[in-house]
Amino acid sequence: MLSLNKIAKCLLSNSRTLQTSTVVRHDTMFNHRDTKENNLDIKFEFTDENKKRIDAILAIYPDGHKRAAMIPLLDLAQRQHGWLPISAMHKVADILDLPKMRVYEVATFYTMFMRKPTGKYHVQVCTTTPCWLRGSDDVMSCLKRKLNIGVGETSKDGLWTLSEVECLGACVNAPMMQVNDDYYEDLNVKDVESIIDDLKNDKIPTPGPRTTRYASEPLDGLTSLKEEPYGPGFQVRPDL
Amino acid sequence: MKSSALVRSNLVPKGHAAFGLSSLSFKNILHLRQNSTASATTPELKSSYGNLSDSDRIFTNLYGRHDWQLKGALKRGDWYKTKEILIKGTDYIINEVKTSGLRGRGGAGFPTGMKWSFMNKPSDGRPKYLVVNADEGEPGTCKDREIMRHDPHKLIEGCLVAGRAMGACAAYIYIRGEFYNEASNLQQAICEAYQAGLIGKNACNSGYDFDVFVHRGAGAYICGEETALIESLEGKQGKPRLKPPFPADVGVFGCPTTVSNVETVAVAPTICRRGGAWFLGLGRPRNSGTKLFNISGHVNNPCTVEEEMSIPLKELIERHAGGVTGGWDNLLAVIPGGSSTPLIPKHVCETAIMDFDGLVAAQTSLGTAAVIVMNKQTDIVKAIARLIMFYKHESCGQCTPCREGINWMNKIMYRFVDGQAQSSEIDMLWEISKQIEGHTICALGDGAAWPVQGLIRHFRPELERRMKKYHEQNEKQALAN
Repeated sequence: MLSLNKIAKCLLSNSRTLQTSTVVRHDTMFNHRDTKENNLDIKFEFTDENKKRIDAILAIYPDGHKRAAMIPLLDLAQRQHGWLPISAMHKVADILDLPKMRVYEVATFYTMFMRKPTGKYHVQVCTTTPCWLRGSDDVMSCLKRKLNIGVGETSKDGLWTLSEVECLGACVNAPMMQVNDDYYEDLNVKDVESIIDDLKNDKIPTPGPRTTRYASEPLDGLTSLKEEPYGPGFQVRPDL
Repeated sequence: MKSSALVRSNLVPKGHAAFGLSSLSFKNILHLRQNSTASATTPELKSSYGNLSDSDRIFTNLYGRHDWQLKGALKRGDWYKTKEILIKGTDYIINEVKTSGLRGRGGAGFPTGMKWSFMNKPSDGRPKYLVVNADEGEPGTCKDREIMRHDPHKLIEGCLVAGRAMGACAAYIYIRGEFYNEASNLQQAICEAYQAGLIGKNACNSGYDFDVFVHRGAGAYICGEETALIESLEGKQGKPRLKPPFPADVGVFGCPTTVSNVETVAVAPTICRRGGAWFLGLGRPRNSGTKLFNISGHVNNPCTVEEEMSIPLKELIERHAGGVTGGWDNLLAVIPGGSSTPLIPKHVCETAIMDFDGLVAAQTSLGTAAVIVMNKQTDIVKAIARLIMFYKHESCGQCTPCREGINWMNKIMYRFVDGQAQSSEIDMLWEISKQIEGHTICALGDGAAWPVQGLIRHFRPELERRMKKYHEQNEKQALAN
């Protein structure tokens, strides 16, 4: 008789013959499902301050192209609410005079729109190749341990959300992570622990590299731009 | 859940890339054309490139050691005689940029002067727009970020000069959503420039009206493709448009538009001030100028640095990045131009020249000049597999070869990491990548296919070794059972 064990092994060694649906690695679901926190009965209204911001945002696009303000408005709604509930999308559709569907399309396409409750601190770790080469796996496992949540999960106290993201554009400062709007760069496991400890104590650590460098210069001393920068008029062509 | 961030741009050349692809053949034509006059116009050839002097560097506040605001920028020579440049007019600016030989810094390397001149058709009354592609997200690339946070006035002045060259009424700077602090520096610099009368009505007292706006994206690498960027700027999903019509005919808000990379735009004022001939004198012919290089991965001192084009790869890594971790002999491979470009193994790296033509000769591409270094301790198959996962995640889903094909490649690549495959599947993977390449609207599909092709081209024995090892182990286990 074939033991379960053997069947499992057999399946594993021939796993190509098995059809599986695509593994969801790091993406949210496209559909909306009514939940306690996210349903049509919950009203969303922009604050007075944000209404002024909306006017300023709409002013930079030409007449007749209000729709261009969609992404900035959704972002504003998300900043106000902490994440993007469906009622906020409807509000944006109202402001822009668009069918709701147009807003859903955009809100589901862009990965920065969080359509379910997100923690006060949204920790995003870049794990793309340049960061991975320099140890983003350690950063990620340290965070999972420290926050006691998995990728894509939010802690029960509503403080933390952990995400695995694609390249955040700070590759020479790898590995790095983003907490809300700030980048923390040149990390090692100790740095990650101290950043999380600080945040737990409501202290926002200084963003930027955790080594002695200021930005993207070589750590062991400058190899360029050692002189004072040249001033106005330097080598300007005479006929100008 | 999760969102991921993404994106980028620039890098990807995409936008231009569709252009870029054709520009390969197109470039050859250009060579022929230029060769006929080469002896008359080519400056004396230098014997070595690199070791740029500080006085030839454009981004003098690259590392943020000086004041990035207006006061500091004026002290470093930004906004100097901008009025005179604007008054000289369209032809003068385009001519200087053409003389300089500047090629787009976003990845595809299309000649900038020519691209900007496409905008100077007789006006049909529609306004024209300059869109700056600051949606930097190609893995390995982080040059535009340094410009926006440490030298934002160079970019704003560049917008004004480039806008004047094409008769645009406004510039939209599309910056990736994750760069919140960079966008805030940039916005602050724009406010300063408005207050000082440098942009806005009667910019710099030149009689020319020009606005600059910042628009933040929301995390989609594909929005670095020029037509996807335009769609996104219009408040839609970032899905690339078919060309033609090209953006120079129908772009953002239905008006003629040119999309240019941040670095391309930011170097324009300095070129106009110091003259195209100065820029042309740096680097090899047809690859002129200076370039921001990002060196990341297994090097002792990862950094961003402005260097002369045509610097040898080895010199770049050893002079600025402190050498490969474990020494040059410990080098395994380098991805020379951001994740979309095929990797090159050590023996090619020895002689590779970091410019457009030099890397095409090495069967790869300059891309955004983001050098990702991998030493011999790297699991090279996994490194490339992770890149393919990136593309799988970032595909917009519009074209079937890209949406489905990259998913297949991703599955196959992760089996290759363990060796769980037959060696005939290597050819199958090659075939899939060839079926994706060139069969999609934008160049994201190409960008995903090239790393795989590079891996197969140079590391086939490693793939086969893993498969053999896996099968041997499997057999042993089967026997034991």
